[in-house]
Amino acid sequence: MLRTTHLTKIFANGAALHFPDWNVGDGEQWLLLGESGSGKTTLLHMLAGLLKPSNGEVIVNGTDLYALRARELDRFRGRSIGIVFQQPHLIRSMTVEENMELAQGFAGAGKDSLRVREVLDALDMDHKRRSFPHELSQGQAQRVGIARALINRPALLLADEPTSSLDNRNAEAVVRLLSELAASQGSTLVISTHDDRVKDAFFKDFTFELSHERISDQLEKS
Amino acid sequence: MNAFQISWKNLKANPLTLALNLMLIAFGTGMLAMLLLGVKQVGERLRDNAKGVDLVVGAKGSPLQLILSSIYFIDFPTGNIAEEDAKVLTANPMIKKAVPLALGDNYAGFRIVGTDTGYVTLHGLELESGRFWAKDFEIVVGAEVARVQNLKPGDRVYGSHGLSSDEGMHEDHPYIVCGVLKTKGNVADNLVLTGLESIWKMHGAEKREITSMLIQYRSRMAMVTLPAMINRSTAMQAASPAKESARLFALIGVGVDAVQWFAVALMLLAGVSVFVSLYNSLRERVYDIAVMRVMGASRQTIFTMIIFEGVLLTTFGSLAGVLVGHAGLHTIGYWQGSPQARLDGLVFLPEEGFLLAAGLLIGIFAALLPAVQAYRIDISETMSKI
Repeated sequence: MLRTTHLTKIFANGAALHFPDWNVGDGEQWLLLGESGSGKTTLLHMLAGLLKPSNGEVIVNGTDLYALRARELDRFRGRSIGIVFQQPHLIRSMTVEENMELAQGFAGAGKDSLRVREVLDALDMDHKRRSFPHELSQGQAQRVGIARALINRPALLLADEPTSSLDNRNAEAVVRLLSELAASQGSTLVISTHDDRVKDAFFKDFTFELSHERISDQLEKS
Repeated sequence: MNAFQISWKNLKANPLTLALNLMLIAFGTGMLAMLLLGVKQVGERLRDNAKGVDLVVGAKGSPLQLILSSIYFIDFPTGNIAEEDAKVLTANPMIKKAVPLALGDNYAGFRIVGTDTGYVTLHGLELESGRFWAKDFEIVVGAEVARVQNLKPGDRVYGSHGLSSDEGMHEDHPYIVCGVLKTKGNVADNLVLTGLESIWKMHGAEKREITSMLIQYRSRMAMVTLPAMINRSTAMQAASPAKESARLFALIGVGVDAVQWFAVALMLLAGVSVFVSLYNSLRERVYDIAVMRVMGASRQTIFTMIIFEGVLLTTFGSLAGVLVGHAGLHTIGYWQGSPQARLDGLVFLPEEGFLLAAGLLIGIFAALLPAVQAYRIDISETMSKI
C-alpha cells in the first residue's frame, strides 16, 4: 500500500538523511517514532507528497508520487492522502462546515453535505459545524482537523505529532479516534510521534500493535 | 466552493481593511465618473444651446460676455445696439437668418426676452398650451417658469427691471401669459418670451434698441469675412459661440485637469493600499495557503485565488464608485443654482466602462506580487515551522 525505496533527502546545508526502505500493508496502523530532529517530519512530508525526495521513490496505492506532474500530485494528495498536523490550521475565515467543504472542493470531489455531517458526527463535532475556528477549544479544533483529513476517505492517513499541543485527556481521545476512524474508513494509518502518551494509548487499546514495526532506531542511526 | 467564494470569504474576514480599500477605490472612481459625466453634460448643454447660432452681434465689449448673456443668459449684456444698425446688417446676403434679442427685464428671476418668431424656430420650440404672442404685452413662458410660478395662459404677471432683482417693478403694465412652452431641456425652459415691441413700450423707449442679434450664416465663407467686417466697420462687435465656448472650456479645463489627476492619483493610491493589504494578510495566511495546498489545491488555484481577491476588491470598489459618482452628480444637479445646465446623474456613458476596466487592471496589478508569493509558498517548509 505504501512503499518507499532508497529515500534520501539532502538539505541545503549539505546534510543528508537516508531513510530505510519501508513497506506498509493495506489497512495497517503504524507508529513512526523518533526524537525531534530525527527526520520524522521530513519523512512524513515525503510520504504525503509535500516534499520531493532528493533520491528514491514513494509509492502510495500503486502510484509513484514524484513521477506525477505537479497538478496531478496535488489532486492525488487531495483525494488519497489525509494529513493531520500538530496544529489543526483551520482556515480562519470559514466555518467548520466550510472548512470541510473546502477540502472536498480542492480534492475535486464535489460538495457532499451528508458526508461532512457523517464525519463531524463521528468525531462528535456536528453541533459545532457552524462555528468558526476561533470559537473552538484546542481539542475541538484538532478533532475538526482530523475530520478534514478524513473527509475524502483517504487511502492513507498521516498524522504528524497530532497530540503535542493537547492535554492528556484530549491526547488520548485523539489517538483513539484516529485509530478507530482509520480502521472504519479502511484507511492505512501512520502516526509520527515522540509522545509517550501516544505510545501508551496506541499499544494499550489495539491488539494488532504486535505487527507494528519500529523504525525509529534505524532512523536515528541513519 | 470555488476560488471566487474563497476569495470573498477571505476578504470578509477583515471587514475594516475591506471597507477602507473599497472606500479608497470608490472615492477615486467616483470622482472620475463625476468629472466624466459633468464635463460631458456641461459641454453638451453648452453646444445644444448654441445650436444653429454661428455668430452673435452686440455692443462692443467682452466677446465672452456677449456670448454668455445672449446664448446662455448667465451674464450681463454688453450694452445696446440700434435696431437700425442691426437691420442694415440683416440685409447682408451672407446672412441666412438673424434673430434679435432685447434683454433687461426679469420676472421672478427668469429673464424676459424680447424677440421675434425667429427665436422660436431657431430652437424648434413647441407650445404645451395656449398660443404664441401676437399683441403687445403678451408673453410665452418656458416650461420651468410655468412650473415654478404655476402659470397658465390668461395669467397676468409683472416684470421688473434688471436681470434678477425684484426692484423696479413695471407695475403700470402687466404682461399676459398667452402660451406655455413644452419642456425642451435647454435655456428656453427658463425664459419668458415676448415681442420686441412689448419691451420697448414697457420702457417708453424713444429709440428702438436691441441687445444683440443671433446670426446664422448662409455659407461657410461668411465665417471668415463677416465677423471681421462687423468688428472693423461698425460700432458693433461680433463673437463666435464656438470660439468663446472653447475659450471658456480651456479656462475650466485647467481645474478639471487638476481634479482629474488628483482622482487618478487616488485610484493608484487605492491600488497600493490593496497591494499592502493583500501582502500583509498573506503573511498571516501562509498556513491557510499551505493547508489548502495539502488539501489538493494546485499552485495555480492559489495564484488565481489571490488575484481574485484583488480584482474583487477593486471591481466592487469601482462599481460602487461609479454609482456614487452618479448619485453625487444627480445631487449636485438637484441643488444647482443655474438650471441652464442642470446635471443629470441618471445618464450612463460607455466611457464609464473604461473606469471599471481600470479598476479591474489595478486589482490585477495590486494582487500580482502577493499572488506570485502565494504561488511560491513551500508547503513542507511552512508546515514544518510548528
